Amino acid sequence: MNVPANAFTNKDFTSDIKPVWCPGCGDFHVLLSITKALAALGRPPENIAVISGIGCSSRIPAYTNCYGFHGVHGRSLALAAGLKVARDDLTVIVMGGDGDGFSIGGNHFLHACRRNIDMTYIVMDNRVYGMTKGQPSPTTEPDWDSALSPGGSGLNPFQPLVIALASGANFVAREFSGNIKACTQTIKEAVEHPGFSFVEILSPCVTFRPDQKEWKKQTHTAGVEATDDPARAARRIMTDDGMNTGILYRGTRAPFKTKVAETFGDISALEQDFEI
Amino acid sequence: MTAKKSVSISIAGAGGAGAMTAGDILLQAAGKSGWYGIMNRSVGPQIRGGEAAALLRLANHPVECMSDGFDLLIAIDWKNANRFAAEMPLKPTGLVIADPSAGEVPDAITAYGAEVVEVEIKKLAKAIPGGRENMISAGLAAGFIGLSEDYLMEIISAKLARKGEEAVEASRLCLEAGMKAAANIARNFEIGAADMKNKGRWLITGNEAVGLGAIRGGVRYAAAYPITPATEILEWLSPALAKIGGALVQAEDELSSINMAIGASYGGRPSITATSGPGLSLMMEALGLAAAAEVPVVVVDVMRCGPSTGIATKSEQSDLNIAVYGFHGDAPHVVCAPLSVADCLYTGQWAVHLAEAMQVPVIVLSDQSLGQANVLMKRPVNLSFLANRKVYKEQSEEPYMRYTITADGVSPMAIPGTPGGQYTADGLTHSVRGTPSTQRSDQEDQMDKRNRKVVDFDYGIHWGQVSGDGKKTVILTWGSMTAPAKEAIRTLKSEGVDVKLVAMRLISPFPKDDLLDALKGAKRTLIVEQTHAGQFHSYLRANCDLPGELRQFHRPGPHLISASEITSQIRDWVKS
Repeated sequence: MNVPANAFTNKDFTSDIKPVWCPGCGDFHVLLSITKALAALGRPPENIAVISGIGCSSRIPAYTNCYGFHGVHGRSLALAAGLKVARDDLTVIVMGGDGDGFSIGGNHFLHACRRNIDMTYIVMDNRVYGMTKGQPSPTTEPDWDSALSPGGSGLNPFQPLVIALASGANFVAREFSGNIKACTQTIKEAVEHPGFSFVEILSPCVTFRPDQKEWKKQTHTAGVEATDDPARAARRIMTDDGMNTGILYRGTRAPFKTKVAETFGDISALEQDFEI
Repeated sequence: MTAKKSVSISIAGAGGAGAMTAGDILLQAAGKSGWYGIMNRSVGPQIRGGEAAALLRLANHPVECMSDGFDLLIAIDWKNANRFAAEMPLKPTGLVIADPSAGEVPDAITAYGAEVVEVEIKKLAKAIPGGRENMISAGLAAGFIGLSEDYLMEIISAKLARKGEEAVEASRLCLEAGMKAAANIARNFEIGAADMKNKGRWLITGNEAVGLGAIRGGVRYAAAYPITPATEILEWLSPALAKIGGALVQAEDELSSINMAIGASYGGRPSITATSGPGLSLMMEALGLAAAAEVPVVVVDVMRCGPSTGIATKSEQSDLNIAVYGFHGDAPHVVCAPLSVADCLYTGQWAVHLAEAMQVPVIVLSDQSLGQANVLMKRPVNLSFLANRKVYKEQSEEPYMRYTITADGVSPMAIPGTPGGQYTADGLTHSVRGTPSTQRSDQEDQMDKRNRKVVDFDYGIHWGQVSGDGKKTVILTWGSMTAPAKEAIRTLKSEGVDVKLVAMRLISPFPKDDLLDALKGAKRTLIVEQTHAGQFHSYLRANCDLPGELRQFHRPGPHLISASEITSQIRDWVKS
């Protein structure tokens, strides 16, 4: 293979900080996939910003060698929206977990999809609050037993892909963290696709959800081409078993236009409006 | 120099009668004449309809607040007059112009003892094809105060240009009919010669001024979520930023708008958002993040009556506590407050300068009485406050440490895109590198550094305003209460009582040395604020031992504390 001399490897995007994650956590694989995808994209690390909220997976920015912002719980999409509008030249990637993204940050998720700013949102979904030691999240199964909701929450799980599509996301995909090759390729395509790209990565929590070790066997590739027809995509993701992986929707909606310019005009024209 | 003279006029009518338009036209024409002025609107909670009154004060000298009593009330009708009566007290020497077709003058109005003269406003308007009652009213007011028809027509022609010549002509005939009716009444309220040497006037609201100040200071990004009475800041900023290459984005809520502003600022663009009390409550967590991660950001809180939804359209100063104390943890930041409508420009610009220089969140406490008032002011000079962030520029041999400990606490900030400057901004306690830490030394060193930034900063003379000839008697106040306090001090001086004004623009960090210096020799200090709880008084007392005897005067909204209330507090105290 013909590799240019200045090509990046995933090491160029990886920091020396040791993750807080438990051994066996799916997030290690996501970190590997994202750094591989960034290397494949070929943009230097200083031109990439990784933005997150709070939770185990939200620790990820510091584990990359990119610019990072580890914000408050649930608001990563808002931080990222401000950054991308202010700095259109940067590649902005938002990463976090299911509690951060779909519970406390649920409203921002809807509006980020709607707004369609050109950025990528990767949710590491393990269907549990791990950092607070095992409470049900919006994607947890209704009968999952825990101290906070004995016998299960009894609530239907939130369907992130369906919501993303209905809210206007321009790219919708699901992957399994253990499939590094597929994750890397999907993340790369998500970043390259214009507008708001959403990737759900099923990333097992081996500590509080040991049952998720089975995900390796349960997930399967969709084996279909991505469609640009939202109705077809909706049917596909509403009827699948939630373990179906691949790029499921690739829309054609024009991204959000508003952005801050590189240089600025004279403000005296604004002041003239106040002259009597 | 001619004697200082001002005339206060209110034009009242049901919403849609055009009282506001009449007020706007009078204010603009007064500006053309070289006069000064201020206009407030009194509106009810209805979106359309309901009651409305334009409250104007026009003068041959700069005015910063409404006067205590109105000279002239022109009533297009009496709908909801009872609700308004308390808000527009008439001087006994005043004049009420009443349309007999609108029925009896309400008792609440006649109780003031002002002369009532009937003018058939509706009939006069009907006699003119396309005539409107509000233009008759504008003509009446212009006649009484001696405002030139030429200036009025200049404004009206521009305003009605799109509606065609017939509409302009109808307005001209209405104005003339109103002026003629005024000439037939043997009363006048002439303002007299204008300050023609310094004729250039700006007409601006406090909300617009704070927005312009922010742009002058370097703001190029704003995030917005609408809320009364702050929305006009955002509505002004949106097209203004677009014109100069900046951007405003409407967010889904205040949780989002503050985080958007922080994100944009992290990207190197000075950023702002504006809100009112309920929105500020939602923003507090993210403001703590801005303090911990050291990201500059400005939030303008246009205060309204609280708590909770309170009275959205009326002023109060009761967000002082949340602005100063609302953060969890110890989070050094800046709180400042404009001292007048015109000062919104100055304080808005200063706030951006402070946020950028110290890499901290700055909360600007404006309020409804400043934000939504429209003033005629002298054309302002530009200030030297500019956004000047200390940034990390080049890759060096040493690895970059975002939160390195410095003497003044300010560390160079790498802007994304800068090679070698990669770091993760974090709300977690962190080391100098930005890496999460639970070490005692990191917690203490970073807290010391962040505190030093704010406490050791040289705020110069901008911390407040000290004026007046008194030494022993002082009015100590802040923000929007400065204007009525100054007016009270002028009245007291004319009675032979010298009073000093000490008004704080910088609220937090507490400017202890400057304040105590200003209060040297004080024997009697009256602390004035528009809150129910006396928040400002408690804040002062918690931070220093004020000299001499203290008294406080405070009450909540919705009615603004007036100059005469402050005057009588001092008068009674000095007498006793």
